[in-house]
Amino acid sequence: MSTNFQLEIFEGPLDLLLHLIKKNEVNITDIPIATITEQYLATLELMQTLNLDMAGEFLVMAATLIHIKSRTLLPESDAETDEDEEGGDAREELMKRLLEYQRFKEAAGELGQRDVLTRDVFVRATAPTEKPVPTAFRELSVFELLTALRRVLERLPKDEFHEVTLEKITVREKMTLVLERLRDDGQVMFESLFTDAGTRMAVIVTFLAMLELVKIRAIRIFQDRLDGPIIIEAAVGVEQAAEVIAKEAIEEDQDGR
Amino acid sequence: MEGESLKSIVESLLFVAEGPLTLQRLAEVIEGADKSEITAALEQIRTDLESNRRGVRLVEVAGGYQLRTPKENADWVKKFLGGRPARMGRATLETLAIVAYRQPVTKAEIEAIRGVDVDGVVNTLMERSLIRAVGRKDVPGRPFLFGTTPEFLQLFNMKDLSELPTLKELDEITLPEPVGEGVLAEGIDEEL
Repeated sequence: MSTNFQLEIFEGPLDLLLHLIKKNEVNITDIPIATITEQYLATLELMQTLNLDMAGEFLVMAATLIHIKSRTLLPESDAETDEDEEGGDAREELMKRLLEYQRFKEAAGELGQRDVLTRDVFVRATAPTEKPVPTAFRELSVFELLTALRRVLERLPKDEFHEVTLEKITVREKMTLVLERLRDDGQVMFESLFTDAGTRMAVIVTFLAMLELVKIRAIRIFQDRLDGPIIIEAAVGVEQAAEVIAKEAIEEDQDGR
Repeated sequence: MEGESLKSIVESLLFVAEGPLTLQRLAEVIEGADKSEITAALEQIRTDLESNRRGVRLVEVAGGYQLRTPKENADWVKKFLGGRPARMGRATLETLAIVAYRQPVTKAEIEAIRGVDVDGVVNTLMERSLIRAVGRKDVPGRPFLFGTTPEFLQLFNMKDLSELPTLKELDEITLPEPVGEGVLAEGIDEEL
């Protein structure tokens, strides 16, 4: 048995089967089940040897193939009519699935060849407006905030090596800074809070500060539409919130000593 | 309104618009010009840009009009913009194709065609707003039905779903009744 497969990443068992069918230059409607089953199992073995993450669906398909193959091996007179049909059905069913999958695989190929935005064609970059006017805004869930945080973190420069001077800024200090910014600007965009945060730690401190401010109801975070810019604004009185923070800070200091 | 100035105004609006600009919106803004005049202006802009091989072209996309760079300049634009190129993996494309042709479609139906679990890719496509839940199927468990979004049309430079190439017909096998492309496009248009 030859195992000189060029191992590709298969999208699933149907993809692997189509690959084998193509390689053997046979027709989907007329699969040499014994050969294909053998090669299919050999590929699975190889995938296992290489420790490739193999989805359970690959094994289910292996069982189906073996089942179909066993049917074809039985002498016709020995096989009960019912079972024979069952085997035939399984084979036909598989054929249908392969044809169906093949159609969409081709359709996917055609989609991929279109002029894809930001790959082949581009539109003018739109700068997010700093002070959007929300019409009917919606509140965000924590998950959406986390997604936004992930975006900010992804934009950070990748591990650049340079001399480190630890800039210690506490969440509480950052809360005050955010409030000051809101007092000046009224509203700010989520992303713009992170523009001067150069490190992961700085981003996370800012994010925690934001969450704390939401908790004490000093700020509100919302979006005017799904996927729209995330907007932060002062909720009640910024002054009032600033006072609360200042007071807590003093209490904390006293506790600490 | 004089033809040349109308053309100029339309071009300005196309330039500043944040996304595909609909004829409806253009007509609302440009008082004194009716839709047929605006359509004529759009067509002139399109042919002007095309025939002079300009660096932007007028494309009909997602039910509107948008200025986009031509494909032949892609490498330069990409170099200028930097960043990662848009990734279009096979799992993504296959799943998108199934949703596009079979919508509204459930996760289980996508899985039946692809033969693999599609949880991850469906979530990613939702996050990227390329597909969305359009309803629930009236079967046990009431699973979500998914359909494509205007962002899908924008991503693939499509005016509407009728621009999807016809699925290859199969001779030997009778497949489940395919949804008529025309009907499909119509139904979706209404929703967008």
